[in-house]
Amino acid sequence: MQFEVDIVKRLRGGSGEFVLRSRFSATDRALALFGPSGSGKTLTLLALAGLLTPDAGRIAINGDVLFDSEAGINLPARRRGVGYVFQDYALFPHRTVWQNVAFGLTPLFGRISREDAERVDELLDLFGLSGLAGQRPATLSGGQKQRTALARAVAPRPRALLLDEPFSALDQPLRLRMREELSRMLDAVSIPMVLVTHDADEAEAFARTVVVYNHGAVAGVHRADEVTGQGRDLADVLRRQVADAYADA
Amino acid sequence: MDILHRLLEARFMEPLLLTLKVAGLATAVAAALGIAAAYVLSRSKFPGRDLVDALCTLPLVMPPTVLGYYLLVVIGRRGMVGGWLKETFDITLVFTWQGAVIAAAVAAFPLVFKSARAALEGVGRHYEDAARTLGQGELAVFLRVSLPLAMRGVLAGTMLAFARAMGEFGATLMVAGNLPGRTQTLSLAVYSAVQAGDDDLANALVLVISLVCIAILMTTSRLLRPRF
Repeated sequence: MQFEVDIVKRLRGGSGEFVLRSRFSATDRALALFGPSGSGKTLTLLALAGLLTPDAGRIAINGDVLFDSEAGINLPARRRGVGYVFQDYALFPHRTVWQNVAFGLTPLFGRISREDAERVDELLDLFGLSGLAGQRPATLSGGQKQRTALARAVAPRPRALLLDEPFSALDQPLRLRMREELSRMLDAVSIPMVLVTHDADEAEAFARTVVVYNHGAVAGVHRADEVTGQGRDLADVLRRQVADAYADA
Repeated sequence: MDILHRLLEARFMEPLLLTLKVAGLATAVAAALGIAAAYVLSRSKFPGRDLVDALCTLPLVMPPTVLGYYLLVVIGRRGMVGGWLKETFDITLVFTWQGAVIAAAVAAFPLVFKSARAALEGVGRHYEDAARTLGQGELAVFLRVSLPLAMRGVLAGTMLAFARAMGEFGATLMVAGNLPGRTQTLSLAVYSAVQAGDDDLANALVLVISLVCIAILMTTSRLLRPRF
C-alpha cells in the first residue's frame, strides 16, 4: 500500500486562520496519523476520504490519483473506494445493524444481491454482531457500535480503511480490549488502514508507520522497524514528540 | 338528526369532495417543491440565499388577498404566465378548480418549506458523509439518509400544509372565485352559508372542518415527539 499526500488547506475559524500543510508518503499497510488535538490529523483523513477539498496539492493511493489540483482531479468521496469510521461512528439511527452493514452494498432502487447479503452475514459473524442484526444503533453498547461501524465500512471492500480516533468514545478498560479485537478483525479482513489518534500506545499498537502532526504540519515520520532497529521504543519516541508539541503550544 | 341529514346533501358533499381534491393536490405540489427548496437551501451556500429563504416564507405572512392579487398578476388571463397559457394552449386557470389548487399550494408551501428546512438542518452532516464514503450518490444520500432522518419534521409540515390548504379562503376567492359546485371549497361554502342565513349547513361544514383540523394537530404533535 502506498500513500502519497501533499496538500495545503486554509481554514478560517473563530481564533484566526489555521493552515494545514500535510505532506508525507508511506508504503506500509498500517499508518497512524498522530498528534495533539487540532494538529490537522483528522483534516488530513477527511481530505483522503474526499470529504474535505484541499486548496492545493495531490493525493494518491497505490498510484491512483484521488486529488490533484494542478490536473483538476478531485474524485468524489463515493468513487474513492475508502472506508471511513467516524469518531462517533455515525451509524444510521433509522436502520438496523444488518441494514447499516449492508448500506454500501444495497442499490438505491432494488434489492441487495444474494452474494452481498451473504457477505453481510459473514461480516456480522466475524465482528460478533450476529445476535444484534435486527437491533437499532440506539440500543447498542459502545463496543458494539464500533464493531458495527467497522463492519459497515469494510463491507464494500474498500482499498483502504480510515479510522478517526476509533477508541475515543469508549471507556478505558473497553478501549484496551477493543484495541486487541480490532487488530484481530483487521487482520482477518486484510485491508490497509490509516488511523488517527492522539494516544501513543494506540499508534504503536497498530501502526507500522507513524506520521506525527503538530500545528497543522507534519513534524516527523517514524517507521516502527527503523526505530526499533536503532534500539529505541516507538511509543517512547512518540511521547517525546508529544511533549515537544505541547511545550511550544 | 338535522345535521346528519345535511351531511348527505349535495350542497354539503360537493364542497367537501372538492376541498379534499384541491387540498390533496395542493399539498402534494407544496410538499414536493417545499422539500426540494428546503434541501437546496440547507445544503448549499450562494449569494442571495437569505433572500430566497424570505421569498419562500412570504406567503405565510402576507395577507391572503395580497397573495391572491399576486397570483392573478402571474396566472390571470392577461398575466405573465396565464396570458401565455391562454394563447398557446387555450388554458385558463382563473375561476377553475385548478386555479384553486395553485392558490392553496402557494399558501401551503411555506409550512412544508419551514418544517422541512428545520428538520433537514437537524440531520447530522456526518451521516450524509458516511453514506458518501459508502459509495452513495447525492440522490441516494438524500433519499436513503437525509429524508428519512428528517421525515417526522417533513410529515408534520406536510400535515400543517394540508390543514392550511383546506382552510385557504382569501387567495382562492380571488383566483378561483366562489362558484358552487366548481370552485366553492368548504371554507368558501361556510362563508356563503352564513351570508345566506343557512345556519344548519354552516354548522355541519364547521363541524367537519374542526374535526379534521383537530385530527391533524394531534397527529402533528405526535409526529414531532422525539423518537431516536
